[in-house]
Amino acid sequence: MLAGLLLVAACAGCGDEEDAHPRLVVSAASSMTEALTACSADFGAADVRLSFAGSDELAAQIRQGVKPDLYAAANTKLPNQLNTEGLLSKPLEFATNELVVAVPKDSEIQAIEDLARDGVKVAIGSESVPIGSYTREVLARLPKAKSDAILANVRSNEPDVKGIVGKLTQGAADAGLVYVTDVNAAGDELRAVKLPAALEPEVSYAAGVVKGAKQPELARDFVDGLTAGGCADALDRAGFGAP
Amino acid sequence: MRAFPVLLAVALAAALTFLTLPVVAIFVGSSPADLIDSLGEPGALDALWLSLRATAMALAVILVVGTPAAYLLATRSFRGKALVVTLVELPLVLPPAVAGIALLAAVGPSGILGGAVEDAGIELTLQTAGVVVALTFVASPFYVRQAMAAFAAVDRTLLDASRTLGASEARGFVRVMIPAALPGLAAGTALALGRALGEFGATLMFAGSFRGITQTVPLAIYDRFSTNFDSALALSAVLVAISAAILLSVKLVQGSEALGGAPG
Repeated sequence: MLAGLLLVAACAGCGDEEDAHPRLVVSAASSMTEALTACSADFGAADVRLSFAGSDELAAQIRQGVKPDLYAAANTKLPNQLNTEGLLSKPLEFATNELVVAVPKDSEIQAIEDLARDGVKVAIGSESVPIGSYTREVLARLPKAKSDAILANVRSNEPDVKGIVGKLTQGAADAGLVYVTDVNAAGDELRAVKLPAALEPEVSYAAGVVKGAKQPELARDFVDGLTAGGCADALDRAGFGAP
Repeated sequence: MRAFPVLLAVALAAALTFLTLPVVAIFVGSSPADLIDSLGEPGALDALWLSLRATAMALAVILVVGTPAAYLLATRSFRGKALVVTLVELPLVLPPAVAGIALLAAVGPSGILGGAVEDAGIELTLQTAGVVVALTFVASPFYVRQAMAAFAAVDRTLLDASRTLGASEARGFVRVMIPAALPGLAAGTALALGRALGEFGATLMFAGSFRGITQTVPLAIYDRFSTNFDSALALSAVLVAISAAILLSVKLVQGSEALGGAPG
């Protein structure tokens, strides 16, 4: 079984040497799923393989020795850490996002303070993922009584944004904190309640080329294309801001 | 020297290496001290306690409902029985993500029975009750399948003899069939227990993840994976130890039964 598996694994890798149509492996934060899927088909130089997950999970994979060609995260902290650890090139900030309160479209919630009301079921990101740490940053800027009341209404700490959106669209939760792009991607099922400017965290996305990438030049091109070109347009359409 | 026995031994060695290496790696990566430290971390004991509680509740439901249901399927023939058995066993082959979506679609707040569940004053999603529902859904076929096989393997003359002596079928079921099928029922219980303890996807999708309420050990491991790999490893080691202990105790029970009960 072991030998058989090794053979299978070896063969799965054996096509990689052909340079005729190189393959570019991109690890990107889940919140960019729609935008990057739309634009990477037009990246003519290579066959782009996208792998979406929580930024922290992708970073953990890279630390465990998984080598995608590039890493695009929903914050600057993780790429900077990987850079310091010698696992990633100097990160480039390529987009910004906005944190909002997401609610089902017929909800009566009009402001973040409403999440403190009795009986409101709130779903947020787990402390270990960027969406979760941004959320806690926002809550910490509210008066303590308010933020404590909101935290007491939290019913689920989800490992990624999709978990929060799913709980909202299925009616399991009444409100959640996600990126505005996630509300756009959910179609007309959800409505975004903007945060007051004083509460808004700075949400910057950064990407870099993974050390030891099989296609470092193509990966560099792809990263540059995130600020100008097809992918920059797709990010803009999805609701991301310019850096 | 014969080639075939060598081939068999090589195949077993390869299978053994492949199946045990990842488990061994968990214990190589975490010292006993790490293990104890990881249990001291906030949330770890909560997760363990919740996993044990939810699994025990799910097992209680599975045993109470699954045992008579398996008995019926094992001892009666009726039209469409094959279909019923297939439907009962279906969750065995469903991916956890499908189980999660299916439970939401069925008994989630917007599911087809969501209104009825709400009217009954029951809250499942984001609650411990939801974890129990998810565990019961994914684990029960493991028990029912084993229990059916165990009942079917009982020598029917035993039951017939008890009937001849005037016992009702209910009495025969309790006094004759269950004791005779006990090793098989225990094996089924262990499989269901193992599956329930390890459940991840359906729990996360249907019940969410909240410390002490819905965050079972697998969810706690996943939560630690990105921030604290060592702690995730240590918590995994605890789960492996518990699961191995369960499996081993069942093997021992079955072994002693096999030795004690001489063939009739």
